Parts: sequence; C-alpha cells; structure tokens
Amino acid sequence: MSVNQVSVFLENKPGTLNKMTEILARHNVNIRALSLADTNDFGIVRMIVNDVYEATNILKEENFVATFTPVLVYKISDETGTLNNLLKSFTEADVNIEYMYAFAGKKNAYMIFRVKDTKNAESVLAAKGLKSLTQEEIAEV
Amino acid sequence: MGKYFQEEIECAPIEKIREIQNEKLVKQVRHVWDNVAYYRQKMQEKNLTPDDIKSIDDLHKLPLLSKADLKAAYPYGLLACPLKDCVRIQSTSGTTGKRVVAFYTLKDIDIWEECCARAIVAAGGTNEDVCQVSYGYGLFTGGPGLNGGSHKVGCLTIPASSGNTERQIMFIMDLSATILCCTPSYAAYIGETMKEMGLTPEQIPLKAGIFGAEAWSEEMRRDIEKTLGIKAYDIYGLTEISGPGVSFECSEQRGMHINEDHFLAEIIDPDTCEVLPEGTQGELVFTSLDKEAFPLLRYRTRDICTLTREKCSCGRTHVRMTKPKGRSDDMLIIRGVNVFPSQIETVLLNNGYAANYQIIVDRINNTDTFDINVEMTPDMFTDNVGEIQSRKKILEDGLKSMLGIKAKVNLVAPKTITRSEGKAVRVIDKRKI
Ligand SMILES: [Zn+2]
Repeated sequence: MSVNQVSVFLENKPGTLNKMTEILARHNVNIRALSLADTNDFGIVRMIVNDVYEATNILKEENFVATFTPVLVYKISDETGTLNNLLKSFTEADVNIEYMYAFAGKKNAYMIFRVKDTKNAESVLAAKGLKSLTQEEIAEV
Repeated sequence: MGKYFQEEIECAPIEKIREIQNEKLVKQVRHVWDNVAYYRQKMQEKNLTPDDIKSIDDLHKLPLLSKADLKAAYPYGLLACPLKDCVRIQSTSGTTGKRVVAFYTLKDIDIWEECCARAIVAAGGTNEDVCQVSYGYGLFTGGPGLNGGSHKVGCLTIPASSGNTERQIMFIMDLSATILCCTPSYAAYIGETMKEMGLTPEQIPLKAGIFGAEAWSEEMRRDIEKTLGIKAYDIYGLTEISGPGVSFECSEQRGMHINEDHFLAEIIDPDTCEVLPEGTQGELVFTSLDKEAFPLLRYRTRDICTLTREKCSCGRTHVRMTKPKGRSDDMLIIRGVNVFPSQIETVLLNNGYAANYQIIVDRINNTDTFDINVEMTPDMFTDNVGEIQSRKKILEDGLKSMLGIKAKVNLVAPKTITRSEGKAVRVIDKRKI
C-alpha cells in the first residue's frame, strides 16, 4: 500500500516555511518526516503527517497549494548495510527513484520513496519480499 | 419585453441616425461655444465659429480634446451648465495626476442609464430578471450606471457593490440572480470562489454577465462563461463621456454597438490626428451629442480599436467597435516595447494558469526589469521541482513570443496578489522616470 504524502508549494519569501509549520502546529498536526526541495524561485515541502486530510484542508484554507502524492515507505533496521540492501532491490527491480528521504523511529528507520509508477514499483518490490507500510502503520510508529 | 430596449432608435436606418446626429451636433457645438470658454478659445484659435459646423461632415474641423485638457480645465473649466442644473459628479483616477471629474444634469443621468438599459436588454435582460450589480458604487461610474440601467429595464436590482465575495455569492444563490454586472476580473474571482465551494455551473442561477471597465481577453471570457455557466457580454464606457454603456455587446458577441444617437465616434491616427476611414485601426475619439453638463467634443480616449458598419444579425444598426486592444493608459513601455496587460493574461490562460497576475517594472542600472508574479494553482502544482520549472519555462517562452521581450515569472502563493474586488491592481511601476 502506498502512503499519502502532503506536498506543499512554498513561494520564495522569508518565513513561508515557518508560517506553514505554525498552521500545522496550531491544528495539532504532527509532522513525522519532512523534506524541502528548494530552487532559487520556489520550494516544495514534502511531508508525512499523522492526518493528511486535516493537514491539506487547513493549508488550503490558509491559501497554500497543498496536494497528496503517493509514496512508498519501507522500514529498515538501524544496522549497517540495510539501506544498501533496500536500494539494491530497487536497482534489481529496475525502479527509478525520483526522490527519497527518511525518518528515524525508536528502533527502526523509515525510508520514503517517490517513484514514477507507484503501483508497479510496489508490486515488483513486493515480489522481492519487500513490504511497504500502510498509512495506519506509519501513524503508529 | 422584446429584444431591444429602444428598438426604434437602436435599429433605425443609417440615414435616420445621420439626421439625428447632424441636428444634435449643430446644437451641441453652439451650446459648448456659448458656455465653455476653454473650448471656445480652442475654436477661435482655429478660426472657427459654430456656423462652420453644419453637419457631422464638418466634425473633423473641430479641435480635439485630451486628458491634458481635462487637467488644465480642472475642475470646472469644461462645465457647460450653471451649477444649479447639475445634480451629480462621477470621478475616476487620472493618469496625469488629477482626477477626472465629470458633471451630470438629471437629463444626462437619464440618457446614461438608458444606454446601460440597452446593454442589459442586449444581454437578454427583461423585467423578470434579478440583476446583481457588483461594480463599485460611489465615484466610480460602474455601480451607479448599471444600477440605473437595471431599474429602467425593470429588473429586480441587487446593489451589491464590490467586495465581500461570500455575501455576493449568497445573494446570487439565495435570490437566484440571473444577471451579474461587474469587472471581468471580479467575475473571474467570484467564479473561482464558487468553484472552490463546489458549485457547478448548473447549480448557479446566473445566465448572463455584463463585464467591463477593464481590458479582458477572449480566453478570459470563455473561462468565465464556463465557470459560471453564463454568456458574458462586454460593455464599454468612460467617465469623461458618461460611464459604462457608451457601447455594448449584443448576442452576436462580435464588437460593441456604440450608442451613436448620443456618442459620435471617429477613429484617428494617434500621431497625425488625421481621421481614418472605417475599418482602419486607430485611436477612438468621441463627441457627446447631447450631454448638457459636461459635453466633450472630439475627446481622445487613448483606446485603440476599429469601427465597422457591417450589418449585424442582431438587427441593431449602430456602428460597432472592436474590443480596445488595451487602453493606452494601461499600456506599458518596457525596454522600448509596448506591453498590454491583456496580452499577458492571454498567455497565462493559454498555459493553464489563472488570469491572476501582477506586473512589476523597475529600473536598475538604466535597464528595465520586468517581473510577472503569477499565482500557483492546484492544477499547475506537482511535487516535482523539474516539472514546475519546465512549466514555468514554457510560460516564459510563451510570454516572450507574445510580447517580444523577456519577462521573469515569479510563482507566488494563491490569493496573495491584490485581489480584484473593484479594478484589479495589475501593474506596479517602480521606475522613476
Ligand atoms: Zn449586434
């Protein structure tokens, strides 16, 4: 199962990112992982939150452009070589990664992947024994 | 109520219109000569007396008036009636530093409102309609003009004025408004907001819109028509001549019929001031034929358009003008190139962006900088940086080929550009020239 990431457009102005985090904090939305893609002109925030619907709705109300993006999340244990093994599976399955980021849980690390064809990637990786996490599972870590 | 507000005059044979114009012009020139010292002196400088103007064929002999004359004669210099006969002023911001102040007698207002009524009926309005006027009321001519026209047609009139979009939408929905009158940018904004609220064109009771006071493109028209589920009609006017209703679109949507029993139109070469033949593009010049308080003769509008007398299948015989390419007041000269905001709007809409933008021009190290702030929309957003950049590049290329010069596009958050509740703030020119 893929997970919904919240993607947010940020205009290039001081304080925009902080304005966004403030809105989320005010509405008790918990950000589990966040990555910022930055250019000279604008930025895109990609994040995993505990309540995607609440997060996108309140951001839209505050005049942010916020959309869902399906991403795949895999759990890896906090040991040497686990990320390497995971990525090796991607290579073997011929899955191209558009971008990735991570967050650490109490025992494990979680890798978030954006790929072109999420459904296909998920199934070829599943065939290699990799199980992607569901929205509920993410919420519990 | 029929297809026309005043069929007898709106569909009169051209000879009949000419006759009216000849008679009114001779009378008007005499009225101005007798009462406006400023214009009398201009005529004297050309060795003219009212006797030299025997028909509209002599019109070209008369001196032209421009915004500069309005400024020089401000405020009372062009007034042709004693103050006891004047009942109203309307005013608009001038580009020459002084506001334009126009005066009206009761009869002037009556004629102006009749012109607006013709526009409403041409848009399909009858006394069964509910007409919401969301132009600004007050000094701006938009609200008062359409309000009066709506009364004359007998529509139930909602004097909503501009602003408070939620309340606008509440009235449209609750009172089943069928006609909306406002600026095109405000119509687009209302439409966008209704769409966000989940209202479909089928649910929106409006059937027609009368939009003017701003340059707008065909693309924007189609956009508004689609979102609101209406037919959108253009209306043209200027405070100096009366206000909205100087000309208006009929159901053919192919140019605007000029109410030429009241306003005599000419096209001149803006450089030589020579009168140009029908069908040639040039600057629009108006002579008000029966204004009492503020009768401008041969007033240069700065609007660039063409006139046509080709038969219109709506049945009206009055001459039609094309949508002005942009008021030369709106035109910017950037790096020596003429830029009309309406061109930018066309490119934005063609590329999937909303027509919400702001042009920022500055001069740094003797070179003009040209930035266009464009609002990001959910449709144009993706989580892919490269994709957003390439869409932006396509937009910049489109602008370059339309305008002939390069503009820098800045993507900004939705609703951050000064919204168009009245007239949109489209241009910020920081150059100190
Ligand atoms: Zn027509």
